[in-house]
Amino acid sequence: MQEAFAAALSAWPEKGIPQSPAAWIIAAAHRKIIDQSRREKTKREKEDSLRYETPSTIQPDEWTEEAMQFPDDRLRLMFTCCHPAINQEAQVALTLRTLGGLTTPEIARAFLTPEATLAQRLVRAKRKIQDACIPYEVPPAHALAARLESVQAVIYLIFNEGYSAATGDKLVRGDLCNEAIRLGRVLCELAPSEPENLGLLALMLLHDSRREARSVDGKLVTLEEQDRSRFDRTAIAEGISLVERALRVGSPGPYQMQAAIAALHAEAGEAVNTDWRQIAALYERLLKMSPSPVIALNRGAAVAMSGRLAEGLGLIDELTGLDHYYLFHAARADILRRMGRRGEAAEAYGRALGLAGNRVEQEFLSRRLGEVGE
Amino acid sequence: MRYMMLIYSKETAGGLSAEEDSRHRMAHRSVMTEATEKGVLVGAEPLDPVSSATTVRIENGKLLVTDGPFAETKEQLAGYYIIDCVDLEDAKQWAAKIPTACFGGSGCIEIRPLPGLSKK
Repeated sequence: MQEAFAAALSAWPEKGIPQSPAAWIIAAAHRKIIDQSRREKTKREKEDSLRYETPSTIQPDEWTEEAMQFPDDRLRLMFTCCHPAINQEAQVALTLRTLGGLTTPEIARAFLTPEATLAQRLVRAKRKIQDACIPYEVPPAHALAARLESVQAVIYLIFNEGYSAATGDKLVRGDLCNEAIRLGRVLCELAPSEPENLGLLALMLLHDSRREARSVDGKLVTLEEQDRSRFDRTAIAEGISLVERALRVGSPGPYQMQAAIAALHAEAGEAVNTDWRQIAALYERLLKMSPSPVIALNRGAAVAMSGRLAEGLGLIDELTGLDHYYLFHAARADILRRMGRRGEAAEAYGRALGLAGNRVEQEFLSRRLGEVGE
Repeated sequence: MRYMMLIYSKETAGGLSAEEDSRHRMAHRSVMTEATEKGVLVGAEPLDPVSSATTVRIENGKLLVTDGPFAETKEQLAGYYIIDCVDLEDAKQWAAKIPTACFGGSGCIEIRPLPGLSKK
Protein backbone atom coordinates (compact mmCIF):
# COMPACT_ATOMS: atom_id res chain seq x y z
CA MET A 1 0.00 0.00 0.00
CA GLN A 2 2.81 2.39 0.81
CA GLU A 3 4.31 1.83 -2.59
CA ALA A 4 0.96 2.59 -4.19
CA PHE A 5 0.67 5.76 -2.18
CA ALA A 6 4.08 6.92 -3.38
CA ALA A 7 3.12 6.12 -6.96
CA ALA A 8 -0.12 8.07 -6.55
CA LEU A 9 1.72 11.11 -5.17
CA SER A 10 4.28 11.07 -7.95
CA ALA A 11 1.54 10.82 -10.59
CA TRP A 12 -0.60 13.64 -9.21
CA PRO A 13 1.45 16.64 -10.29
CA GLU A 14 1.32 15.54 -13.92
CA LYS A 15 -2.24 14.29 -14.09
CA GLY A 16 -3.80 16.62 -11.60
CA ILE A 17 -5.63 15.45 -8.47
CA PRO A 18 -7.97 12.62 -9.53
CA GLN A 19 -11.63 12.84 -8.66
CA SER A 20 -11.54 10.09 -6.11
CA PRO A 21 -8.03 9.70 -4.68
CA ALA A 22 -9.04 6.70 -2.58
CA ALA A 23 -10.28 4.75 -5.60
CA TRP A 24 -7.16 5.62 -7.50
CA ILE A 25 -4.87 4.46 -4.71
CA ILE A 26 -6.74 1.19 -4.41
CA ALA A 27 -6.53 0.64 -8.17
CA ALA A 28 -2.82 1.45 -8.08
CA ALA A 29 -2.31 -0.94 -5.20
CA HIS A 30 -3.89 -3.68 -7.31
CA ARG A 31 -1.64 -2.78 -10.19
CA LYS A 32 1.37 -2.91 -7.86
CA ILE A 33 0.34 -6.32 -6.56
CA ILE A 34 -0.04 -7.60 -10.10
CA ASP A 35 3.35 -6.15 -11.08
CA GLN A 36 4.97 -7.66 -8.04
CA SER A 37 3.52 -11.12 -8.60
CA ARG A 38 4.66 -10.88 -12.23
CA ARG A 39 8.16 -9.97 -11.08
CA GLU A 40 8.15 -12.84 -8.60
CA LYS A 41 6.90 -15.22 -11.25
CA THR A 42 9.69 -14.22 -13.62
CA LYS A 43 12.21 -14.56 -10.80
CA ARG A 44 10.84 -18.00 -9.96
CA GLU A 45 10.93 -19.08 -13.57
CA LYS A 46 14.56 -18.00 -13.82
CA GLU A 47 15.38 -19.88 -10.64
CA ASP A 48 13.53 -22.93 -11.93
CA SER A 49 15.41 -23.00 -15.19
CA LEU A 50 18.68 -22.65 -13.29
CA ARG A 51 17.67 -25.40 -10.93
CA TYR A 52 16.99 -27.88 -13.71
CA GLU A 53 20.23 -27.06 -15.44
CA THR A 54 22.24 -27.90 -12.32
CA PRO A 55 21.11 -31.35 -11.28
CA SER A 56 23.47 -31.90 -8.32
CA THR A 57 21.82 -30.46 -5.24
CA ILE A 58 19.03 -28.01 -4.59
CA GLN A 59 18.27 -26.00 -1.52
CA PRO A 60 15.40 -27.62 0.39
CA ASP A 61 13.80 -24.22 0.92
CA GLU A 62 13.38 -23.87 -2.83
CA TRP A 63 11.17 -26.94 -3.07
CA THR A 64 8.08 -25.25 -4.27
CA GLU A 65 4.93 -26.45 -5.88
CA GLU A 66 6.25 -25.28 -9.22
CA ALA A 67 9.05 -27.83 -8.93
CA MET A 68 6.45 -30.57 -8.57
CA GLN A 69 5.11 -30.05 -12.06
CA PHE A 70 7.85 -32.20 -13.52
CA PRO A 71 7.11 -35.90 -12.93
CA ASP A 72 10.74 -37.00 -13.17
CA ASP A 73 11.67 -34.43 -10.60
CA ARG A 74 9.11 -35.82 -8.23
CA LEU A 75 10.84 -39.15 -8.42
CA ARG A 76 14.29 -37.61 -7.97
CA LEU A 77 13.00 -35.62 -5.05
CA MET A 78 11.49 -38.76 -3.59
CA PHE A 79 14.77 -40.66 -3.66
CA THR A 80 16.49 -37.65 -2.11
CA CYS A 81 13.94 -37.45 0.67
CA CYS A 82 14.23 -41.20 1.20
CA HIS A 83 18.02 -41.29 1.22
CA PRO A 84 19.24 -43.83 3.78
CA ALA A 85 21.48 -41.18 5.37
CA ILE A 86 18.28 -39.61 6.68
CA ASN A 87 16.54 -41.24 9.60
CA GLN A 88 13.64 -43.27 8.25
CA GLU A 89 10.88 -41.54 10.16
CA ALA A 90 12.19 -38.25 8.83
CA GLN A 91 12.35 -39.63 5.26
CA VAL A 92 8.66 -40.37 5.32
CA ALA A 93 7.75 -37.06 6.92
CA LEU A 94 9.91 -35.10 4.51
CA THR A 95 8.49 -36.77 1.41
CA LEU A 96 4.95 -36.19 2.61
CA ARG A 97 5.72 -32.58 3.35
CA THR A 98 7.60 -32.01 0.10
CA LEU A 99 5.81 -34.18 -2.43
CA GLY A 100 2.52 -34.97 -0.78
CA GLY A 101 1.67 -31.36 -0.10
CA LEU A 102 0.56 -32.20 3.43
CA THR A 103 0.72 -29.83 6.34
CA THR A 104 2.81 -30.63 9.40
CA PRO A 105 -0.28 -31.28 11.63
CA GLU A 106 -1.66 -33.75 9.06
CA ILE A 107 1.62 -35.64 8.93
CA ALA A 108 1.87 -35.60 12.73
CA ARG A 109 -1.54 -37.23 12.92
CA ALA A 110 -0.70 -39.86 10.31
CA PHE A 111 2.37 -40.75 12.39
CA LEU A 112 0.69 -40.61 15.78
CA THR A 113 3.46 -38.12 16.69
CA PRO A 114 3.27 -34.75 18.46
CA GLU A 115 3.36 -31.86 16.00
CA ALA A 116 6.42 -30.20 17.58
CA THR A 117 8.42 -33.43 17.33
CA LEU A 118 7.52 -33.79 13.69
CA ALA A 119 8.41 -30.18 12.88
CA GLN A 120 11.81 -30.71 14.51
CA ARG A 121 12.28 -33.88 12.50
CA LEU A 122 11.59 -32.01 9.26
CA VAL A 123 14.00 -29.21 10.11
CA ARG A 124 16.75 -31.67 10.98
CA ALA A 125 16.18 -33.70 7.82
CA LYS A 126 16.33 -30.63 5.58
CA ARG A 127 19.50 -29.50 7.30
CA LYS A 128 21.04 -32.93 6.81
CA ILE A 129 20.27 -32.90 3.07
CA GLN A 130 21.82 -29.49 2.74
CA ASP A 131 24.87 -29.93 4.97
CA ALA A 132 25.81 -33.46 3.93
CA CYS A 133 25.11 -32.75 0.23
CA ILE A 134 22.69 -35.59 -0.30
CA PRO A 135 22.40 -35.82 -4.10
CA TYR A 136 19.25 -34.91 -5.98
CA GLU A 137 19.03 -37.88 -8.32
CA VAL A 138 17.45 -41.25 -9.02
CA PRO A 139 20.04 -43.74 -7.68
CA PRO A 140 22.00 -45.83 -10.19
CA ALA A 141 20.76 -49.39 -10.85
CA HIS A 142 23.15 -51.08 -8.43
CA ALA A 143 21.93 -48.95 -5.53
CA LEU A 144 18.26 -48.96 -6.47
CA ALA A 145 17.07 -52.05 -4.56
CA ALA A 146 18.34 -50.82 -1.21
CA ARG A 147 16.67 -47.49 -1.67
CA LEU A 148 13.29 -48.83 -2.73
CA GLU A 149 12.02 -49.95 0.64
CA SER A 150 11.77 -46.51 2.17
CA VAL A 151 10.29 -45.11 -1.04
CA GLN A 152 7.58 -47.78 -0.88
CA ALA A 153 6.81 -46.92 2.74
CA VAL A 154 6.52 -43.28 1.85
CA ILE A 155 4.19 -43.87 -1.10
CA TYR A 156 1.95 -46.06 1.01
CA LEU A 157 1.73 -43.42 3.71
CA ILE A 158 0.76 -40.82 1.15
CA PHE A 159 -1.93 -43.16 -0.07
CA ASN A 160 -3.20 -43.73 3.45
CA GLU A 161 -3.28 -40.05 4.16
CA GLY A 162 -5.40 -39.57 1.07
CA TYR A 163 -7.57 -42.62 1.73
CA SER A 164 -8.45 -41.57 5.24
CA ALA A 165 -7.63 -37.89 5.50
CA ALA A 166 -6.54 -37.08 9.03
CA THR A 167 -8.46 -33.85 9.22
CA GLY A 168 -11.05 -31.98 7.23
CA ASP A 169 -14.49 -32.71 5.93
CA LYS A 170 -13.78 -35.03 3.05
CA LEU A 171 -13.22 -38.67 3.84
CA VAL A 172 -11.16 -39.37 0.79
CA ARG A 173 -8.75 -36.92 -0.69
CA GLY A 174 -8.68 -38.58 -4.05
CA ASP A 175 -5.85 -36.44 -5.35
CA LEU A 176 -3.47 -37.90 -2.79
CA CYS A 177 -4.61 -41.45 -3.58
CA ASN A 178 -4.17 -40.82 -7.30
CA GLU A 179 -0.76 -39.34 -6.67
CA ALA A 180 0.36 -42.32 -4.58
CA ILE A 181 -0.94 -44.74 -7.23
CA ARG A 182 0.82 -42.79 -9.96
CA LEU A 183 4.10 -42.88 -8.02
CA GLY A 184 3.52 -46.59 -7.39
CA ARG A 185 3.21 -47.15 -11.16
CA VAL A 186 6.42 -45.23 -11.79
CA LEU A 187 8.19 -47.44 -9.26
CA CYS A 188 6.88 -50.56 -11.00
CA GLU A 189 8.23 -49.23 -14.29
CA LEU A 190 11.63 -48.57 -12.69
CA ALA A 191 11.92 -51.99 -11.05
CA PRO A 192 9.27 -54.31 -12.51
CA SER A 193 10.84 -57.51 -11.19
CA GLU A 194 10.60 -56.36 -7.57
CA PRO A 195 7.43 -58.08 -6.29
CA GLU A 196 6.92 -55.67 -3.41
CA ASN A 197 6.52 -52.81 -5.90
CA LEU A 198 3.77 -54.80 -7.61
CA GLY A 199 2.28 -55.67 -4.22
CA LEU A 200 2.22 -52.05 -3.17
CA LEU A 201 0.53 -50.91 -6.38
CA ALA A 202 -1.98 -53.77 -6.13
CA LEU A 203 -2.73 -52.89 -2.52
CA MET A 204 -3.41 -49.26 -3.34
CA LEU A 205 -5.57 -50.10 -6.37
CA LEU A 206 -7.64 -52.59 -4.36
CA HIS A 207 -8.25 -50.13 -1.53
CA ASP A 208 -8.95 -47.34 -3.96
CA SER A 209 -11.49 -49.49 -5.84
CA ARG A 210 -13.81 -48.95 -2.88
CA ARG A 211 -13.45 -45.17 -2.86
CA GLU A 212 -16.95 -44.47 -4.21
CA ALA A 213 -18.62 -46.92 -1.84
CA ARG A 214 -16.89 -45.74 1.32
CA SER A 215 -19.05 -42.72 1.86
CA VAL A 216 -22.61 -41.95 0.92
CA ASP A 217 -23.86 -38.36 1.22
CA GLY A 218 -20.69 -37.56 3.17
CA LYS A 219 -21.35 -40.38 5.63
CA LEU A 220 -18.79 -43.13 6.29
CA VAL A 221 -19.94 -46.60 5.27
CA THR A 222 -18.08 -49.57 6.78
CA LEU A 223 -16.71 -52.28 4.51
CA GLU A 224 -19.48 -54.58 5.71
CA GLU A 225 -22.21 -52.15 4.68
CA GLN A 226 -20.69 -50.88 1.44
CA ASP A 227 -22.67 -51.15 -1.79
CA ARG A 228 -20.41 -53.53 -3.72
CA SER A 229 -21.93 -52.60 -7.06
CA ARG A 230 -20.13 -49.28 -6.61
CA PHE A 231 -16.71 -50.90 -6.42
CA ASP A 232 -14.39 -50.07 -9.30
CA ARG A 233 -14.17 -53.41 -11.12
CA THR A 234 -11.35 -52.30 -13.43
CA ALA A 235 -9.17 -51.37 -10.45
CA ILE A 236 -10.02 -54.67 -8.73
CA ALA A 237 -9.13 -56.70 -11.82
CA GLU A 238 -5.82 -54.88 -12.20
CA GLY A 239 -5.09 -55.23 -8.48
CA ILE A 240 -5.78 -58.95 -8.40
CA SER A 241 -3.72 -59.63 -11.50
CA LEU A 242 -0.83 -57.65 -9.97
CA VAL A 243 -1.02 -59.64 -6.70
CA GLU A 244 -0.97 -62.90 -8.62
CA ARG A 245 1.98 -61.74 -10.72
CA ALA A 246 3.84 -60.65 -7.57
CA LEU A 247 3.18 -63.86 -5.63
CA ARG A 248 4.39 -65.97 -8.58
CA VAL A 249 7.86 -64.44 -8.07
CA GLY A 250 7.95 -66.42 -4.84
CA SER A 251 9.34 -63.76 -2.55
CA PRO A 252 6.43 -62.67 -0.37
CA GLY A 253 6.59 -59.41 1.55
CA PRO A 254 4.36 -57.19 3.66
CA TYR A 255 2.79 -55.33 0.71
CA GLN A 256 1.98 -58.55 -1.11
CA MET A 257 0.36 -59.93 2.07
CA GLN A 258 -1.75 -56.83 2.53
CA ALA A 259 -2.69 -56.83 -1.14
CA ALA A 260 -3.75 -60.48 -0.85
CA ILE A 261 -5.95 -59.51 2.10
CA ALA A 262 -7.47 -56.66 0.13
CA ALA A 263 -8.02 -59.03 -2.82
CA LEU A 264 -9.98 -61.43 -0.58
CA HIS A 265 -12.21 -58.53 0.46
CA ALA A 266 -12.71 -57.42 -3.12
CA GLU A 267 -13.42 -60.95 -4.35
CA ALA A 268 -16.27 -61.49 -1.88
CA GLY A 269 -19.46 -60.72 -3.80
CA GLU A 270 -21.21 -59.96 -0.54
CA ALA A 271 -19.75 -58.98 2.83
CA VAL A 272 -21.10 -62.11 4.54
CA ASN A 273 -19.12 -64.27 2.09
CA THR A 274 -15.80 -62.72 3.12
CA ASP A 275 -13.20 -65.36 3.91
CA TRP A 276 -12.28 -63.93 7.33
CA ARG A 277 -10.53 -67.10 8.38
CA GLN A 278 -8.03 -66.79 5.54
CA ILE A 279 -7.74 -63.05 6.13
CA ALA A 280 -6.91 -63.66 9.82
CA ALA A 281 -4.27 -66.22 8.73
CA LEU A 282 -2.73 -63.72 6.29
CA TYR A 283 -2.63 -61.09 9.03
CA GLU A 284 -0.79 -63.54 11.24
CA ARG A 285 1.86 -64.05 8.53
CA LEU A 286 2.03 -60.31 8.00
CA LEU A 287 2.52 -59.73 11.72
CA LYS A 288 5.51 -62.10 11.67
CA MET A 289 7.02 -60.23 8.69
CA SER A 290 6.57 -56.76 10.10
CA PRO A 291 5.52 -56.68 13.74
CA SER A 292 3.50 -53.55 14.47
CA PRO A 293 0.68 -52.77 16.91
CA VAL A 294 -1.56 -51.55 14.06
CA ILE A 295 -1.21 -54.85 12.17
CA ALA A 296 -1.83 -56.73 15.44
CA LEU A 297 -4.99 -54.63 15.84
CA ASN A 298 -6.18 -55.62 12.35
CA ARG A 299 -5.40 -59.25 13.06
CA GLY A 300 -7.48 -59.10 16.24
CA ALA A 301 -10.36 -57.53 14.31
CA ALA A 302 -10.12 -60.22 11.58
CA VAL A 303 -10.14 -63.00 14.19
CA ALA A 304 -13.25 -61.44 15.73
CA MET A 305 -14.92 -61.20 12.32
CA SER A 306 -14.19 -64.85 11.59
CA GLY A 307 -16.65 -65.62 14.37
CA ARG A 308 -14.24 -65.76 17.29
CA LEU A 309 -15.36 -62.49 18.94
CA ALA A 310 -13.95 -63.08 22.43
CA GLU A 311 -10.62 -64.32 21.08
CA GLY A 312 -10.33 -61.24 18.82
CA LEU A 313 -11.18 -58.87 21.67
CA GLY A 314 -8.60 -60.62 23.85
CA LEU A 315 -5.89 -60.09 21.19
CA ILE A 316 -6.79 -56.40 20.94
CA ASP A 317 -6.91 -55.84 24.69
CA GLU A 318 -3.37 -57.17 24.96
CA LEU A 319 -2.04 -54.39 22.75
CA THR A 320 -0.23 -51.42 24.22
CA GLY A 321 0.77 -48.07 22.78
CA LEU A 322 -2.42 -47.54 20.76
CA ASP A 323 -4.33 -45.60 23.38
CA HIS A 324 -4.25 -42.43 21.27
CA TYR A 325 -5.23 -44.23 18.07
CA TYR A 326 -8.94 -43.81 17.35
CA LEU A 327 -9.20 -47.04 15.35
CA PHE A 328 -8.04 -49.02 18.40
CA HIS A 329 -11.07 -47.81 20.35
CA ALA A 330 -13.35 -48.04 17.31
CA ALA A 331 -12.36 -51.69 16.74
CA ARG A 332 -12.93 -52.58 20.41
CA ALA A 333 -16.26 -50.75 20.31
CA ASP A 334 -17.35 -52.67 17.22
CA ILE A 335 -16.54 -56.08 18.73
CA LEU A 336 -18.20 -55.16 22.04
CA ARG A 337 -21.29 -54.03 20.10
CA ARG A 338 -21.40 -57.38 18.27
CA MET A 339 -21.06 -59.17 21.61
CA GLY A 340 -24.01 -57.21 22.94
CA ARG A 341 -21.90 -55.50 25.63
CA ARG A 342 -23.56 -52.15 24.94
CA GLY A 343 -22.31 -50.16 27.94
CA GLU A 344 -18.66 -50.97 27.24
CA ALA A 345 -19.22 -50.44 23.51
CA ALA A 346 -20.64 -46.97 24.19
CA GLU A 347 -17.63 -46.09 26.33
CA ALA A 348 -15.19 -47.23 23.61
CA TYR A 349 -17.12 -45.35 20.88
CA GLY A 350 -16.91 -42.27 23.09
CA ARG A 351 -13.13 -42.56 23.35
CA ALA A 352 -12.79 -43.16 19.59
CA LEU A 353 -14.97 -40.11 18.93
CA GLY A 354 -12.71 -37.93 21.06
CA LEU A 355 -9.68 -38.96 18.96
CA ALA A 356 -11.06 -39.03 15.39
CA GLY A 357 -9.90 -35.99 13.43
CA ASN A 358 -12.13 -36.37 10.40
CA ARG A 359 -15.70 -35.07 10.50
CA VAL A 360 -17.00 -37.98 8.42
CA GLU A 361 -15.47 -40.45 10.86
CA GLN A 362 -16.77 -38.47 13.82
CA GLU A 363 -20.30 -38.57 12.41
CA PHE A 364 -20.08 -42.32 11.88
CA LEU A 365 -18.90 -42.89 15.45
CA SER A 366 -21.63 -40.61 16.85
CA ARG A 367 -24.21 -42.60 14.91
CA ARG A 368 -22.91 -45.89 16.33
CA LEU A 369 -22.70 -44.38 19.81
CA GLY A 370 -26.36 -43.42 19.46
CA GLU A 371 -27.28 -46.97 18.38
CA VAL A 372 -25.63 -48.72 21.33
CA GLY A 373 -26.91 -46.05 23.68
CA GLU A 374 -30.55 -46.71 22.81
CA MET B 1 32.32 -30.54 -0.72
CA ARG B 2 35.15 -31.85 1.47
CA TYR B 3 34.23 -34.69 3.77
CA MET B 4 36.16 -36.01 6.72
CA MET B 5 36.00 -39.76 7.01
CA LEU B 6 36.64 -40.85 10.54
CA ILE B 7 37.82 -44.43 10.85
CA TYR B 8 36.43 -46.18 13.90
CA SER B 9 38.15 -49.45 14.57
CA LYS B 10 37.71 -52.11 17.22
CA GLU B 11 40.88 -52.59 19.26
CA THR B 12 41.56 -56.27 19.74
CA ALA B 13 44.18 -57.90 21.88
CA GLY B 14 47.27 -58.60 19.85
CA GLY B 15 46.14 -56.37 16.99
CA LEU B 16 46.76 -57.43 13.43
CA SER B 17 49.07 -60.25 12.44
CA ALA B 18 52.05 -59.29 10.30
CA GLU B 19 50.31 -60.58 7.20
CA GLU B 20 47.02 -58.83 8.02
CA ASP B 21 48.91 -55.65 8.80
CA SER B 22 50.63 -55.65 5.45
CA ARG B 23 47.35 -56.29 3.61
CA HIS B 24 45.74 -53.51 5.59
CA ARG B 25 48.49 -51.02 4.72
CA MET B 26 48.23 -52.00 1.06
CA ALA B 27 44.49 -51.30 1.13
CA HIS B 28 45.05 -47.85 2.62
CA ARG B 29 47.78 -47.12 0.11
CA SER B 30 45.52 -48.07 -2.75
CA VAL B 31 42.76 -45.68 -1.59
CA MET B 32 45.29 -42.87 -1.12
CA THR B 33 46.85 -43.52 -4.53
CA GLU B 34 43.47 -43.51 -6.26
CA ALA B 35 42.33 -40.35 -4.45
CA THR B 36 45.64 -38.63 -5.24
CA GLU B 37 45.46 -39.56 -8.91
CA LYS B 38 41.94 -38.14 -9.09
CA GLY B 39 43.16 -35.02 -7.31
CA VAL B 40 40.64 -35.29 -4.48
CA LEU B 41 42.82 -36.31 -1.53
CA VAL B 42 43.08 -33.45 0.95
CA GLY B 43 44.61 -35.42 3.80
CA ALA B 44 44.83 -38.79 5.52
CA GLU B 45 46.63 -39.98 8.61
CA PRO B 46 46.51 -42.79 11.15
CA LEU B 47 46.16 -42.23 14.91
CA ASP B 48 48.02 -44.05 17.66
CA PRO B 49 45.82 -46.36 19.73
CA VAL B 50 43.64 -44.84 22.49
CA SER B 51 46.12 -46.04 25.12
CA SER B 52 48.18 -43.03 24.03
CA ALA B 53 45.26 -40.58 24.37
CA THR B 54 45.17 -37.64 26.76
CA THR B 55 42.07 -35.54 27.29
CA VAL B 56 42.37 -31.89 28.26
CA ARG B 57 39.57 -29.59 29.33
CA ILE B 58 39.16 -26.32 31.23
CA GLU B 59 36.97 -26.65 34.29
CA ASN B 60 36.36 -23.67 36.59
CA GLY B 61 39.24 -21.89 34.93
CA LYS B 62 41.63 -24.76 35.63
CA LEU B 63 43.28 -26.99 33.13
CA LEU B 64 42.14 -30.54 33.74
CA VAL B 65 44.19 -33.33 32.21
CA THR B 66 43.02 -36.92 32.23
CA ASP B 67 44.46 -40.11 30.87
CA GLY B 68 42.51 -41.79 28.10
CA PRO B 69 40.04 -40.82 25.42
CA PHE B 70 37.10 -38.39 25.74
CA ALA B 71 34.60 -41.25 25.55
CA GLU B 72 34.98 -44.95 26.11
CA THR B 73 33.38 -46.56 23.10
CA LYS B 74 33.34 -49.98 21.55
CA GLU B 75 35.09 -48.66 18.47
CA GLN B 76 37.96 -46.22 18.68
CA LEU B 77 38.98 -43.41 16.38
CA ALA B 78 41.92 -44.84 14.44
CA GLY B 79 42.54 -42.36 11.64
CA TYR B 80 40.98 -40.07 9.14
CA TYR B 81 40.76 -39.14 5.48
CA ILE B 82 39.71 -35.81 4.04
CA ILE B 83 38.45 -36.23 0.48
CA ASP B 84 36.90 -33.71 -1.87
CA CYS B 85 33.67 -35.36 -3.07
CA VAL B 86 30.82 -34.48 -5.41
CA ASP B 87 28.14 -35.29 -2.86
CA LEU B 88 27.27 -37.73 -0.09
CA GLU B 89 26.86 -40.63 -2.56
CA ASP B 90 30.37 -40.04 -3.85
CA ALA B 91 31.65 -39.81 -0.26
CA LYS B 92 29.88 -43.08 0.52
CA GLN B 93 31.72 -44.81 -2.36
CA TRP B 94 35.08 -43.61 -1.02
CA ALA B 95 34.20 -44.60 2.54
CA ALA B 96 33.35 -48.10 1.35
CA LYS B 97 36.94 -48.49 0.10
CA ILE B 98 38.66 -47.43 3.31
CA PRO B 99 39.71 -50.39 5.50
CA THR B 100 38.67 -50.09 9.15
CA ALA B 101 40.59 -52.90 10.86
CA CYS B 102 43.44 -50.57 11.85
CA PHE B 103 43.33 -51.69 15.50
CA GLY B 104 42.56 -55.34 14.83
CA GLY B 105 38.79 -55.58 14.63
CA SER B 106 36.88 -54.06 11.74
CA GLY B 107 34.64 -51.10 12.47
CA CYS B 108 33.01 -48.32 10.51
CA ILE B 109 33.53 -44.97 8.85
CA GLU B 110 31.73 -41.86 10.00
CA ILE B 111 31.31 -39.33 7.20
CA ARG B 112 31.17 -35.68 8.20
CA PRO B 113 30.99 -32.75 5.79
CA LEU B 114 33.60 -30.02 6.29
CA PRO B 115 31.70 -26.76 5.67
CA GLY B 116 34.79 -24.54 6.03
CA LEU B 117 35.17 -21.52 8.31
CA SER B 118 33.32 -19.06 6.10
CA LYS B 119 30.02 -20.93 6.38
CA LYS B 120 29.96 -21.01 10.19
